[in-house]
Amino acid sequence: MTVIQKKADNPIAHLSAEDIETLGKELDAIRQRVIDSRGERDAAYIRKIISTQRKLEVSSRVVLLFSLFPPAWIVGTAGLAVAKILENMEMGHNILHGQWDWMRDPKIHSTSWEWDHATPAEQWKQSHNELHHRYTNVVGKDNDLGYGIMRVDEDQPWHPAYLGQPFYNFVNACFFEYGVAAYDLDLGKNLKDGRHKNPEFRAKLRAAGRKVRRQVLKDYLIHPLLSGPSFFHTMAATFTANLIRNLWSHSVIMCGHFPEGVETFAKTSIEGETRGEWYLRQMLGSANISGSRLLHIMTGNLSYQIEHHLFPDLPSNRYQEIAPEVRALFDRYGLKYTTGSMPRQVFSAWKKVFRLALPNPRRSDTSSTDDRPTPTLATVGA
Amino acid sequence: MTATVPRPGTKGSLRRRLWRLAETVTTPVLPGDYLDLVAPLRAGADLRGRIVDVRPETPDAATVLIQPGRSWRGHLPGQYVRLGVDVDGVRQWRAYSVTSPPGRRTDPISVTVKAIPDGVVSNHLVRRVRPGTIVQLDQACGDFVLPEPVPTRVLFLTAGSGITPVAGMLRSGALAGSDVVLVHSAPTAADVVFGAELRQLADRGVIRLVERHTTVEGLLDVAELDSLVPDHLERQTWACGPVGLLDAAEEHWSSRGCAERLHTERFRPTVITTGEGGTVTFTRSSVTVEAAGATPLLDAGENAGVLMPSGCRMGICFGCVLPLRQGAVRDLRNGQLTTALPGDGVRVQTCVSAAAGRCELEI
Repeated sequence: MTVIQKKADNPIAHLSAEDIETLGKELDAIRQRVIDSRGERDAAYIRKIISTQRKLEVSSRVVLLFSLFPPAWIVGTAGLAVAKILENMEMGHNILHGQWDWMRDPKIHSTSWEWDHATPAEQWKQSHNELHHRYTNVVGKDNDLGYGIMRVDEDQPWHPAYLGQPFYNFVNACFFEYGVAAYDLDLGKNLKDGRHKNPEFRAKLRAAGRKVRRQVLKDYLIHPLLSGPSFFHTMAATFTANLIRNLWSHSVIMCGHFPEGVETFAKTSIEGETRGEWYLRQMLGSANISGSRLLHIMTGNLSYQIEHHLFPDLPSNRYQEIAPEVRALFDRYGLKYTTGSMPRQVFSAWKKVFRLALPNPRRSDTSSTDDRPTPTLATVGA
Repeated sequence: MTATVPRPGTKGSLRRRLWRLAETVTTPVLPGDYLDLVAPLRAGADLRGRIVDVRPETPDAATVLIQPGRSWRGHLPGQYVRLGVDVDGVRQWRAYSVTSPPGRRTDPISVTVKAIPDGVVSNHLVRRVRPGTIVQLDQACGDFVLPEPVPTRVLFLTAGSGITPVAGMLRSGALAGSDVVLVHSAPTAADVVFGAELRQLADRGVIRLVERHTTVEGLLDVAELDSLVPDHLERQTWACGPVGLLDAAEEHWSSRGCAERLHTERFRPTVITTGEGGTVTFTRSSVTVEAAGATPLLDAGENAGVLMPSGCRMGICFGCVLPLRQGAVRDLRNGQLTTALPGDGVRVQTCVSAAAGRCELEI
């Protein structure tokens, strides 16, 4: 990808300002249809997921009390890993997006939910819902583009430190929940800029510290202690389950915005952005994963990343249902709906991480673009 | 989670310690969240009830029998209970008089619901809800109750579903030695909720029953009581029914200088006047402003100096969500109205909602 405005073949050059607004209205209509038909079936879905996840988690942890026996270790670890994935993806991520606020159930609400993750829900909601979803793929604004440790776009300036980025990415994948916590705190920047004495930052740091302590205590001390003679086996099991969950969610999230075919945008392009243009940016800035129903549930329906970015507050079980309509809109407006199988998308994202560890190859057509005025998304067709 | 009842002595502290240990294992959620899956009615849980039966009373009224959870503290005859019912997946809270006599705390309680036109919850309870459904409950409350000692001469003046708190009193047996007159209005004889039971009480001489069938006889004029119940002003009177009847009764009793003998219960129907814009009160900040129909509540609050939480300001991040204590707001994206009464637990995104009438936000 490269900032869309600098591309030789601008993928939205054929759309007039009116086209973009009509597109926005059509997407609004899809959203409204889902809102009008939200009801008992959807409520039953999320309650079923929550109940299944909790039963799976409890039974896996009970099995792990006997983790000294290899079959118990394997079954318990696998069960706990799946439970943690469900909890983070289909439950935590989506509930914290306010997808289920309409039920008015105080137990399943974005303002009261807390998740099995190192970062406190409150901090994650700010960095993810407010910044990433608002500034999706805007270079210099959306820190999800490389999380501040990697270069995932040609337009991000190269630095020799990026040579190590395949390694950083792997380490980040293994300890993803802590990476996210540090990211939500904007740790690197706050420490470097000497803002660590800022009371607001310190309060957030303390909150994150409390959350991490509780999480670590549960997984690496209390649960192992309860396992008695299986202490170390259980500790290894919870570590493995967390590792699997981290690798999985990292992979799913890489597939959302890093694969080939996803577009990025310049800071200036979102000045005075209309509703239609905002939608268009979400359409071009996200990529889906194709697969089975089980895969969709295990990714928290982030396999429908495009639908999720268009309508982050619609219930996740509806993304699959509206996907054909959304795709038809892409076709009608001549836009590229980026999707692929999970292995393909993961490979594509990793390939980019390796490729952009090196500086951009010198090519006259890309190096000279900075000098000429570039069309912005806001002015396309005007 | 402090909902477990702490007991004195070592047993209590051991229990508390075990509970705290359980919390360290279940974090970030509570042990209760797991227990709710298998025992939603256990002691210490948020108060809930399970619907055990729905019995039709009239063509548009039904009695709902509810097994309350172990935290239920019982009720006095005449009190009401707030029910939180999920209708089309959305939790709705409504208050209903308890119509069952007080029993043991483990006995089921009943409420009797009359379906009102377009009533979201009443129609759901009368026509759709199935036994086995879990509903949310609040403890019984309300001061429409009989005093101690019970007066010797009593008048009940009721209409429609206004009979429900009185039914609870009659069934409790507390009025056994009293002289009771019941003047009840309903459109027809078939519409009288608990009609057969009331007529039987009248036949046995337990109460004197005056039925008023308004489709044939017209609405009751309170002045008619002079002839219907000549000694009505000397009786302790409890009145429950539509606003018109209660207003007329209050006027009648106070003009005769007997206001202290009249006790009324007003069922407030969910009537929130809606419009474009309105007066917005930020309750904890004690700030009140007039907001236009196109101004987001977030802007209205910020302009008035309220420390509003905010985020994307475009309706996607849910960083600005606040409880709407009561009133009506309109979603600026699609015009959809949201209304709330105290206790409804409705939360709104202030950045995409504007006042649609008077409203109160908790901040």
